[in-house]
Formats: sequence, structure tokens, C-alpha cells
Amino acid sequence: MRVGANVIWVALGVAGLAACVAVPFYGSGYAMSMAINLLMFATLATAWAMFSGPSGYVSLATVAFFGIGAYTVAVLGEALPWPVVLACAALFCALSALLVGLATLRLRGVYFVIFTFGLAELMRQVIIWYEANIGGSVGRYVFLDITQSQIVWQLTALVAGVFLTGWLISRSRLGRALRMIGDDETVAQHCGVNTTLVKLVVFAISAAFIGLVGAIVAPRWTYIDPNIAFNPVLSFQVLIMALLGGANRLHGPILGVIPMVLLFEYLSANFPNHFSILLGLTFMAIVYLVPKGIVGLTAKLGAARRPKPMPSTAPATGEEAAR
Amino acid sequence: MSRPILHIDRLKRSFGGLIAVNEVAFDVAEGEIVGLLGPNGSGKTTVMNLISGALKPDHGTIRLDGVDLVGLSPHRITRHGAARTFQLVRVLGSMSCLENVISGLAFGREPMVGARARDVAMALLERVGMAAFADTESGELTYINQKRLELARALAARPRLLLLDEWLAGLNPTEMYEGVDLLHSLREEGMTMVLVEHVMDAIRSLCDRCVVMNAGVKIAEGPPEAALADPAVVRAYLGDDGA
Repeated sequence: MRVGANVIWVALGVAGLAACVAVPFYGSGYAMSMAINLLMFATLATAWAMFSGPSGYVSLATVAFFGIGAYTVAVLGEALPWPVVLACAALFCALSALLVGLATLRLRGVYFVIFTFGLAELMRQVIIWYEANIGGSVGRYVFLDITQSQIVWQLTALVAGVFLTGWLISRSRLGRALRMIGDDETVAQHCGVNTTLVKLVVFAISAAFIGLVGAIVAPRWTYIDPNIAFNPVLSFQVLIMALLGGANRLHGPILGVIPMVLLFEYLSANFPNHFSILLGLTFMAIVYLVPKGIVGLTAKLGAARRPKPMPSTAPATGEEAAR
Repeated sequence: MSRPILHIDRLKRSFGGLIAVNEVAFDVAEGEIVGLLGPNGSGKTTVMNLISGALKPDHGTIRLDGVDLVGLSPHRITRHGAARTFQLVRVLGSMSCLENVISGLAFGREPMVGARARDVAMALLERVGMAAFADTESGELTYINQKRLELARALAARPRLLLLDEWLAGLNPTEMYEGVDLLHSLREEGMTMVLVEHVMDAIRSLCDRCVVMNAGVKIAEGPPEAALADPAVVRAYLGDDGA
């Protein structure tokens, strides 16, 4: 990528983070809740695209990891110091991603999509069953001394962390291996890539970030039950945001997050009874109209304006620039 | 004959009731070029897939430089030194040609990254006559150029054994001449190769030895002229009346 464009994106990112940190000082309650939504989906969509973008494995298990994170807080929140609770949430999610990955990452295409969707539903049903039959009550209260402002700051730090991690992966051999898998898994294997290991590692990292989001926003609810924590709509929302922005670039998903969070806000405020229908129509419109995402759209416009580059002006590769 | 680098013995693989490769055995010496011939469906590509690890044999031995490859996954086999091209050409379509070759370098037998990988990748592209296409998206290449790129990517893994599955198929006479020349130059550097080929002129010019298969079984082995004149081979290609 051109250096100038990178500088602009980094500058925008830093400005965005600074604005998020400042919201609790200047913003209203409504602004705080919008900021939490934006930061939450920005982290989720970027973490989702970290694995699913380059590899082409479309996961609908987002809410499974999100829910595990939230439930870690509900169960351990009062027993352990907060940083330990967060570490547990990340660890549980990474471990379950490894387990699930071992079983499912051999599946390709639509089979993987369906399995991950089923997994999230399975988690929800298992926890409902456990809470009703063994726990004694389906819901749990989350009484923690964590303010909205603290949630905003934690999410700001997390979104910075997910971008940094994504950037580091994309410039490493790990990121190259994942892109090779997305292009042609057989070729990747025959080039010497341990495809199973690569997929597992990135899937687990992505799941850990998703779980951390679930853990950080859990105190906001006060009360959670499996239908809230494992609501499958979340997986689809994250998917469509990442696709709208463009899942193949690090900064892509966030370009989809901003318009979609605003749209969801508008729809749920004004058409609460038709939200699902309108959501479905939005999904269809996006898949038909911007199949390559906003990133793809701007690249196309840019290419149309620029003259064809000469073959000799080779862009620097990731590994090289990282040295 | 120098020491065998590839040793295959009692190799068998069936798909349901069809025995695609049936008790096949042959050796390949270091620096040798062996042609794997036979009518369509005789099991040549299956043998290639068994060597490269894309398929697992039912039983048998495949030893490359003393190490048993049976049961190893393809990436381990590549890192041990067997690189391949595919019968239906496969490139990493979202990457430029240079990136394709760098990807081959990054995980091969002597992994390398960074500026050195770029230089080596560029040299490999030059080697196969693709230097001008370094920044072209590999998905946009013509079929022939994708084949050249695949060869460069396979060479990037620094193989001890190169498996070429119909690499010369579909080339016009000029390209064929260049392709054969390129393979000759690799052989002069001591590269060991197993080729699946149908182009007889190329086989005669390149191969030290041929292994001919029919219906999963090895029916002949020897220098090209002798192997192709074998009555069993003539019968396999032309039927009983031909022999």
C-alpha cells in the first residue's frame, strides 16, 4: 500500500481513539451509549475479519465467543479481580476456539458457516439447560462497580489492541499463510504451510478479542440470560458490517461499522417492530450492491482515476517494511 | 546409476472399488529425470498425489532421501524437499506474481522473508521468463504464464525432487521448445524430476528413464525408446491389434 494512505489511516485512527477517550468527559449519556456501540462493533468486526477476511472461512460463531466472555463475567465477576476476570474470558474463548477449530476447520465453505452457526445455538441451549436444571435460575445478575466511562475506556484500549494485533499478523508469515489459505488451501499446503496450525492460531486470537468484548460490556446489562448473551443476530450484524466495509483490509470493517451502527440505531428507534425485516433487506442490499465492500468500491474509483502503474515500481512487501 | 533419492515400493491406493495405483514400485536416482507415462486414467496423477501427500496410500513405501513420506502431511513433505505443480494449474490468484513466488519461499525447505526473499523471487521469475510480470496479478495471467509461475513457485521451495504434472501440456510448439530448454537447464543443475507427460518428443528429449502405467499397474520401465517399444505399452495405447 502507498505510504501516504497509511499515514492518513493511522492519523484517522489516533484521532478516533482520542475522541473515544474524551467522550465520557464531554458527551451525554446518549453519546456514551453510542460510543460503546461503535467501539464494541468496531472491535468485533475487526476481530472477525482478522480470521475470516483473509482465510475466506466465514464464521457465524461470533456470538458464541461473545457469550462465553459475558458469562465468564457473570460467574467469576465478583469472585476475582477484574483484570483476572478479563484474562479468564480471553483464555476460555481461545481454548474453546482451539477445540472447535480442531473439529470444524477441516470443513470448507458453507459447511463451516452452518457448523459455526449451530455451535453458537448449541452454546445457548446448553447454558439454558444448565442454568434451569442445575443452576436453578435461567438469568444471572451482574453487579459490578464498573461505570459506563470505564467501559468506554476499556473498549478504546481493546480496539487499539485489535488493530495493532491485526497489523502485526498481516505483516508476518502467519498473515501471509492465512492469505495463501484464502486463495487456495491446497497450494498453501504444498508450499509448506501447516494450514491447520495457522487457522487454529488466528481463529483463537480472533475469538479471544471477541470474548473480551463480551466480558467488557457485560456489566452494562446488570442482568443477563443466555438469550441476551448468545443472541444470534449479533453474529450476522458483525458479518454484514465487516462485509460492507471490506473484510480483506485491516481498516475495512470499521468503514462498515460506522454506517451500520447508525442505521441499526435509527431502525430500532423508529421501527422497533419491523427491525428484523429491515435488517434482512439491508443485508440483501449490501450483498447485491457492494459485494466487495466500501474498500473495494474506493479502490475501484481510485484505479479508474489513476493511470496504470508501471511494472517496475514495486510496492514494498509487508515483511520487508516490518524489518 | 547414482544412489536413489526417491524409493517407491508396493504402493497401493484405491478409491472404493477402483484400484487407482496397484503395487507400483520404482526408484529415481539423484539428478535423474523419470517420465511417468500411461493412457488417461492409468493412475499417474494419483502417484504424484501420493508422493506429494495430497492423498494417503492404502499401503506401500515412499522414501525421499531416506525419510518415509507415508503419513506425512503435504506441508511436511514440501519442507522435506518435494515440490510440485498441478495438472490443472493453481496460482494464488489474489497476489502478484512476485508475491506468489515469495509465498513459496516463505515456507519452503529454506524459509526466507524480507529483501532477500524479494531478490531470490525476482531471480526465479527471471529464470522462468516471467520477470516482466512481477507486479501483475497472477489471476490475470494467461494459462501458459500461470504454468511458468507455478514452476517458479515450486522451485522457490528449494526442492530435492520436483514433481511436474503435465507441465508441458497445452503449450504451442515455440513455448514447448522453451519449456523443454528450461527443464534441461534445471537438470544440468542436478535437479531430480518426475514428470507426468503425454508429449512424446519432450519425453524422448528429457527423460533418462520412463515408467509406464496402465490401469494402476506398472507395465514397463526403462529408457524412453525401449519402454515405448515394449509390447505391453503398445497394447495399452493401441489395443491388441496394434501389437
